[in-house]
Amino acid sequence: MTMTLTPPETRERTAPSLRTRRLPKAAVGALHGLAVLLAVAWIVGPADARAGLLAVVLAGIVPLWSRIVEGRRKAKDRLVTLLVTTAFGIALIPLGSIVWTVLEKGVPVLSREFFTYSMRNVVGEGGGIHHAITGTLLITLGATVISVPIGLFTAIYVVEYGDGTRLAGALRFLVDVMTGIPSIVAGLFAYALFVVIFGDGVRMGIGGAVALSVLMVPVVVRSCEEMLKLVPTELREASYALGVPQWRTIVKVVLPTALAGIVTGVTLAIARVIGETAPLLVIAGATDSVNFNLFDGRMATLPVFTYTSIIQPGVPPEPAIARAWGAALVLLLIVMLLNLIARLVSHVFSPAGER
Amino acid sequence: MATSIDVSDLNIYYDDFLAVEGVNISIPARAVTAFIGPSGCGKSTFLRSLNRMHEAIRGARVEGKVLVDGEDLYGRGIDPVDVRRRIGMVFQRPNPFPTMSIAQNVLAGRRLNGERLKKAEADAVVEQALRRAGLWAEVKDRLDRPGSSLSGGQQQRLCIARAIAVEPDVLLMDEPCSALDPISTSVIEDLIHELKAEYTIVIVTHNMQQAARVSDQTAFFNLAGVGRPGRLVELGPTEKMFANPDDPATEAYIQGRFG
Repeated sequence: MTMTLTPPETRERTAPSLRTRRLPKAAVGALHGLAVLLAVAWIVGPADARAGLLAVVLAGIVPLWSRIVEGRRKAKDRLVTLLVTTAFGIALIPLGSIVWTVLEKGVPVLSREFFTYSMRNVVGEGGGIHHAITGTLLITLGATVISVPIGLFTAIYVVEYGDGTRLAGALRFLVDVMTGIPSIVAGLFAYALFVVIFGDGVRMGIGGAVALSVLMVPVVVRSCEEMLKLVPTELREASYALGVPQWRTIVKVVLPTALAGIVTGVTLAIARVIGETAPLLVIAGATDSVNFNLFDGRMATLPVFTYTSIIQPGVPPEPAIARAWGAALVLLLIVMLLNLIARLVSHVFSPAGER
Repeated sequence: MATSIDVSDLNIYYDDFLAVEGVNISIPARAVTAFIGPSGCGKSTFLRSLNRMHEAIRGARVEGKVLVDGEDLYGRGIDPVDVRRRIGMVFQRPNPFPTMSIAQNVLAGRRLNGERLKKAEADAVVEQALRRAGLWAEVKDRLDRPGSSLSGGQQQRLCIARAIAVEPDVLLMDEPCSALDPISTSVIEDLIHELKAEYTIVIVTHNMQQAARVSDQTAFFNLAGVGRPGRLVELGPTEKMFANPDDPATEAYIQGRFG
């Protein structure tokens, strides 16, 4: 073995280290914190646009720095995280602003009187929104009673009976079209309908409920449809294999399994329509008195009350405008409450194994 | 309750697609018949046509005759719902109802059909069905726990208990052990041995050893060719099918040369 072998060409491969250099956490945190602080200062007021610009620069330093120290992949990760978080922050600005303003101007108005008095014979200070709260609750309840059966049954037809048929396809399309109906059109539809029955100038709470249900039905159909689709086919087959007819399978197996989602969907649909103003202005009208009868006469609602208080505040205008903020706050609280209830309900009703 | 099934010239379609062609088979009462064959050869489709379950799929239809105790399942005026009450089915994946407890799952077939059971009767039905499914000892202390809290093998036995609580004459099983581990599988195979004293059992399986272990009669299904419908190739007593089959394709499949 004297022959010298040419050594096989081995490519020098240094095992890549799994440890990489990282940016110091404290420095990154400080940069981000400072940027957020400056941005907030700019939006809220004390600083001008230069602070905003500085915030962008400060936040932008981190990915560049990371490119040098940590490499390309980490830098990309930091950049995208930054963009996504910023987008989320921007989306939160209107919400934060609305909640803050409504709280600031609405809270001082809230009092025992505000919730228990109507506006009947009130001029200037005092009075309350009892009539508007009753009206909103009654009309929304009416809309729910009308649209839940219609929406749920439509969804059951589309998913359980008509799946794949032309009629179901057409229904789906029409529901999508219905989702886009402007709310004022829904109000005019309800008004036209009630004029045909009761004559010109009709104003009724139930008309408002009809208008709102026009807006609510497509939302209910859509959410129920999605929830019914989530029920596995295997459960339906298991039920059929026990000799259970289709309608009993739907009532006893499919609906209970989808119940949590359906209730959540309905609650969110309610939250969606409870703040509608235009249709109620057209058909339910405005009044200063409490009206418990959906089928007789004008009915005040929170959104319409807010609107009219701002548009026709009377003299002096301040108390009416303050009451409008109060009403807006109460409406906001009701919507938040509904969302909370939806979460609670979906937790309580979800199938025992999946909690 | 000795129910035998005679199938003659059965063609099964999905819309215009012929999935299974010209099946003639006789399934004896109180015995286990196993269907074996490669994937996509129509075993499961054929099994589902035996209790009209395939109609749950839109566009599926059948030509030919399925005689159960001399009555044609596909004859005029036959209600598929009644057919399924007599011919129960257990599926590939355990599928207990998630909204119901163990006891409610067992009673589901009775309750969902609108039957009102007194508490004592219901308890008796639950205990009997769970005992026959070999699950009673394991769950008797937690009957009101959700069915989904059980392990996979237990869930499958729960599904068997649910199927036999309706007191069918025939039990169809579509790969009942394919999602289970060997121990749960052997428990269910023992169960099949016990159940065949009272029921006519048809089982689809991909596991040839399982077919050899549990069945009295074996049917081999195969595709007539690529894109051609599935058909019944050979039917015979299990011992003969595994020792000395007539058809070369059967022999090749059983020896593991394809499939």
